[in-house]
Amino acid sequence: MVAFNVNGKRVSVNAEDDTPLLWAIREHLQLTGTKFGCGAGLCGACTVHVNGEAVKSCQTVLADVAGASITTIEGLSPDSSHPLQKAWIAEQVPQCGYCQSGQIMKAAELLAQNKTPSRAEIVSHMNGNICRCGTYTRIVAAIQRAAKEA
Amino acid sequence: MTHIQRKALHVSRRGFLGSAAGLTFALAFGPSGISIMPTAQAKASAREIGAWVRITPDDRIVILTPGAEMGQGSMTGVPVALAEELDADWDKVSLEWAPADASVYGYKRGNSRSMLIAGSRAIMLYYDDMRLAGAQVRKVLLHAAAKKWGADPAELKTEPSVVVHPATGRRLTYGAIAAFADPPSAMPAVSKDELKKPSEFRIIGKAVGRHDIPPKVNGTAQYSIDVHLPGMVYASTVHAPVQLSKPERWNDAEVRAMKGVSGVVKLDYGVAVVGDTYEHVIAARNALKVKWAEGAAAAGYNSEDALYKTYAGLAHGKSAQSTSVKKSGDTDAAFAGAAKVFKASFMSDYGYHAQMEPLNGVARFNEAGDTVEIWEGTQAPDSSRAKIAQALGFKPSQVIHHQQYMGGGFGRRSITDYTIEAALIARDVKKPVKMIWTREEDIAYGMFRPQTYQCVEAAMGADGKVTGWRHCVVGDGGSLTTGGIKLDSYYGIPNQDIEQRGVSHGIRLKHWRAVAHPFNLFAIEGLVDEMAAAEGQDPFEFRRQRLAMPAKAQRVFEMVEKMSDWKTKRPEGRALGLSVSERSGSLGAGVVEISLDRRSGKIHVHKVWAAIDGGTVVQPEMARRNIESGVIYGLSSVLKERATIKGGAVEQTNFHDYEVLRIAEAPEEIHVEFVESDAKPTGLGEIGNPFISAAVANAFHALTGKRLYHMPFTPDRVLEALKA
Repeated sequence: MVAFNVNGKRVSVNAEDDTPLLWAIREHLQLTGTKFGCGAGLCGACTVHVNGEAVKSCQTVLADVAGASITTIEGLSPDSSHPLQKAWIAEQVPQCGYCQSGQIMKAAELLAQNKTPSRAEIVSHMNGNICRCGTYTRIVAAIQRAAKEA
Repeated sequence: MTHIQRKALHVSRRGFLGSAAGLTFALAFGPSGISIMPTAQAKASAREIGAWVRITPDDRIVILTPGAEMGQGSMTGVPVALAEELDADWDKVSLEWAPADASVYGYKRGNSRSMLIAGSRAIMLYYDDMRLAGAQVRKVLLHAAAKKWGADPAELKTEPSVVVHPATGRRLTYGAIAAFADPPSAMPAVSKDELKKPSEFRIIGKAVGRHDIPPKVNGTAQYSIDVHLPGMVYASTVHAPVQLSKPERWNDAEVRAMKGVSGVVKLDYGVAVVGDTYEHVIAARNALKVKWAEGAAAAGYNSEDALYKTYAGLAHGKSAQSTSVKKSGDTDAAFAGAAKVFKASFMSDYGYHAQMEPLNGVARFNEAGDTVEIWEGTQAPDSSRAKIAQALGFKPSQVIHHQQYMGGGFGRRSITDYTIEAALIARDVKKPVKMIWTREEDIAYGMFRPQTYQCVEAAMGADGKVTGWRHCVVGDGGSLTTGGIKLDSYYGIPNQDIEQRGVSHGIRLKHWRAVAHPFNLFAIEGLVDEMAAAEGQDPFEFRRQRLAMPAKAQRVFEMVEKMSDWKTKRPEGRALGLSVSERSGSLGAGVVEISLDRRSGKIHVHKVWAAIDGGTVVQPEMARRNIESGVIYGLSSVLKERATIKGGAVEQTNFHDYEVLRIAEAPEEIHVEFVESDAKPTGLGEIGNPFISAAVANAFHALTGKRLYHMPFTPDRVLEALKA
């Protein structure tokens, strides 16, 4: 049993300490916006924030997050009003959409650290997140738009 | 879904759609308003009505969409055509999935109907039927309003979701009509000339927001992997490293004793572990040791050896068995009388779909065990339902199929092997099951775009015109290797001999985005570029003067020449390459601008320009993104992706050794323009992909004077080419 905060709520998960956070979030807590893509920390689809830092939840075990504050895509805003979510809609970024929760969470970390990232900073920050539909140019445009409109 | 509860009145007419032979509807009135429903379902039972269009008294319009959604936008694009002719206010339209019943919701294919969404053809194949259906619903509404007002229906017009009578200024919303209307004695006929003219379109050709995007930015879009059912257990399957080997025995007792494990299920070609949580299932899966039967067809197969030796031998050998794809004129005579002959060989590796959502399925049987519910994201809900039924010994009516969003499809999800596994496991363990393949399994038990070896020859007459063409493609999978090999839609060559030479390795193969077009156009446009260079001619001029291009092709080439500012000098270290693109009735031409790191052998594509003729573009912004997506998918396969098979087993295991394009490797700019056209829509989901291979290779030649003949152009192959 491991206890932590998810999207502002105290939760406890009845699972072993070495359970990947990904499965605790997706299956035990049924917050399925966070996605399983590779299980090996290679694609970024499972990205969530742990104490404000973007991590790959498939590579984070429950023991590491005891007492931590976790934010998933469901908790980024209550009503899709985060500047990145609005920009993602305005730029019509998602295609299959499967990687986009991870993309948005990774981008949210960037904007929290750097209000006016350059294109090179965006690309470098986002390079761990694969989008198989190839929405990359739209992701860059949406982050730039969110930076401007935030 | 709203059901018509009781005393629904059905009026149906078959064949009222005239020559379009489209979808047939019945009209029903019930407590929720008017429903225009498929005849077949209306006849069945009023309680199980699935309708194309439902208009409710509160002025909402629900359209059922047959456009399976894997990111290409068909879910939204297909109903746009219906909403256009219905003159619906798009803001009042919501969408629901059409049931998996092709007899009602399928497009016509030969003598049957199909819901298969593949080959970029969803809008193309549903377009006419959808427009006619929308026009018909509009006509019903017009007549109902006319009767209410005592007016002549011919005097009435519509504005979005409103019927108006200009002479008196009276207005009725569609919802208001739905609340009072009496059913007509028969559905009105709609002829094709009653449809809107393109100049009257309100939403076709304009940007409407994709229905699926808002739920995809907040985590609420549901993929099958997200489905959660009460009492559900988890499963994951292990297949043999050598594909299609059967399991003989395994450490059953040891695995069953592991924490949380509740079952181990033998499948034809795999063993599935079942348990209370996915983490327990994965632990058990990793502990599973299976003895696989020997003698599978793929045993001992080495793909690289085969490509370099067997395939090359078949391509160049005279006696190899061959299937003619196209023969025209007298090719031997054209080559015998040629002033010059050009010849080159090209190779391409196996390609994996790498859809981001690992394949999975959810299945739940009823208590009696004679009905199964399936949750699956599929490109082909109708055939999926039939195949699952077949695997269970059921009739399709015993399978209830719930379509879900697909986390990528790319051709992989038109076959349902993974969901069949979920159903078989659920039956065995008598519990609802969510079966998820690991990424490693998704690759090892993948279905690949076949590798190929190609030999292309061209004969040039004394006047410099290309008079003869030979193209031989060697590969496994028959027609999976021949798509896009015919060049008549863009080059006129009088004498052609195009053939396929088959091999067979026992490796699972499948359609892949644009399938064979990327590697066949690599060979075709690679040789064309060699000819242009040998003749000292600009690639555009060479094509125009020597290859008898039809007007449609000339237009896209001219367009991309302007878009890319082709003749303007590029910065030092940059070069341009050109290729045609062709797929599913659409034609395009593309230019890429590349640079090269000569130390590492890494090619970077900075800019891409594509000019596309796709007929009427129903959703231009969606189509533009689709083409950008194809560009990246193409680039990924051209620069990085390769699957290899050794000793019958796929060597790659995850994204570290099956690398796909990342954001830092993506072009900084992609420019897409469409030819203005009133012609019927053609496929746009894959037209961005086929030109990339040759365009990059041709740009590489422009930059270095060297040629690349084997895709992907990995750094080691690039360094080797530079030394040549």
